[in-house]
Amino acid sequence: MNFARHFALGAIAVLMTVAIGSTSARADDVEVKIDNFTFNPQQITVKAGAKVTWTNNDDIPHTVTSKTGIFKSKALDTEDKFSFTFTTPGSYSYFCALHPHMTGSIVVEAGK
Amino acid sequence: MSHDDNDGVSRRKVLECMTWAGTGVLWTISGGVPHSLGLVDEAMAADAKSSGLTFLQISDSHVGFDKPANPNAKGTLEEAIARIKAVPVKPAFMIHTGDITHLSKESEFDDAEKIISQARLDVHYVPGEHDIIDPEIKIYKERYGRGTKGPGYYSFDANGVHFIGLVNVANLKGGGMGSLGDEQLEWIEDDLKSRSASTPIVLFAHIPLWTVYPEWGWGTEDSARALGYLKRFGSVTVLNGHIHQVMQKVEGNVTFHTARSTAFPQPAPGTASSAGPMKVPAEQLRTMLGTASVTFKQGEQRLAIIDTPLQG
Repeated sequence: MNFARHFALGAIAVLMTVAIGSTSARADDVEVKIDNFTFNPQQITVKAGAKVTWTNNDDIPHTVTSKTGIFKSKALDTEDKFSFTFTTPGSYSYFCALHPHMTGSIVVEAGK
Repeated sequence: MSHDDNDGVSRRKVLECMTWAGTGVLWTISGGVPHSLGLVDEAMAADAKSSGLTFLQISDSHVGFDKPANPNAKGTLEEAIARIKAVPVKPAFMIHTGDITHLSKESEFDDAEKIISQARLDVHYVPGEHDIIDPEIKIYKERYGRGTKGPGYYSFDANGVHFIGLVNVANLKGGGMGSLGDEQLEWIEDDLKSRSASTPIVLFAHIPLWTVYPEWGWGTEDSARALGYLKRFGSVTVLNGHIHQVMQKVEGNVTFHTARSTAFPQPAPGTASSAGPMKVPAEQLRTMLGTASVTFKQGEQRLAIIDTPLQG
């Protein structure tokens, strides 16, 4: 085994962990930003049990509202956050109840 | 290419578009987007003296907004009301086409009321999406909903003109735009049934009742049904807010018009990555905020609408 190659792979793994870890407490927690009337990323796949946190970066309030009513934030003013933990695999579409052309979805896969 | 064409707006085109010649409104189209040109207080006063009914439209006060696009939205609302108070001929009343507040807070509604009541005019409100942020629309309905139906729609008559205030910001569905909903549409049909086709109709609602720009949700998905009930009427005027800029369109018997905000401007459709408060140089802000004056004259099909900025 090539030590240098091992080291490089290890470094990448560490960097990836740092990149994810820097924005959330756990590696399977996920952040969604609300910027310019857009959920970003608009679609995201997570493992069951993951907590998704939305942060509104706009100067206009938005909501995170499930199409089926499973989760519903209050109106998020600038910098406000909303979190929901997805425990059941499936596809969850949501939108902003104030600006319904803003849509997004969370795909939850079964955990390991 | 002539000089006129270089300007984007030729004199000939302006003249072609002067559908209300003699009533003081000038509007034109550049790049497919209509702009209002007639902004003269004197014209407004002259109109009011010679007509049956003049009322004012104010919109998108966003009391509570304090972001960089206008850190003092309360102050610019105060300026707008001061200008309304100074109009030489008192208007009959005022309509407010929604987004009175920024976050539906009691304190914001209190501040708005304190300022707007200074005009000493009756005000007919419809809510914007910022006014019904609380889940049961409790605060808006307690303050403005007396005698209204559903989330706050109603009609009234003034000087032979029939006014219909609509709510197209409640119970919105994911992926859609503004919406009136079946119950309200049925009520509109019923409300219009007994009116004669010669009755001038004014519809007012927060989000435009025509599709201005679907990519930003600037339209009402079921407005065609409402407008269908208005086909037999000779004069229909639709007044909206929400997009924080003047835009006008005439389609057959229907004149559509949106008013400026008193709080902050928004970009023209498609000129920015999204809608939202647009920061402009401080000296430009007041040229992009303002109110509208609407005059109905007996015997004329179209109402004259004059948009007046806070400055310029």
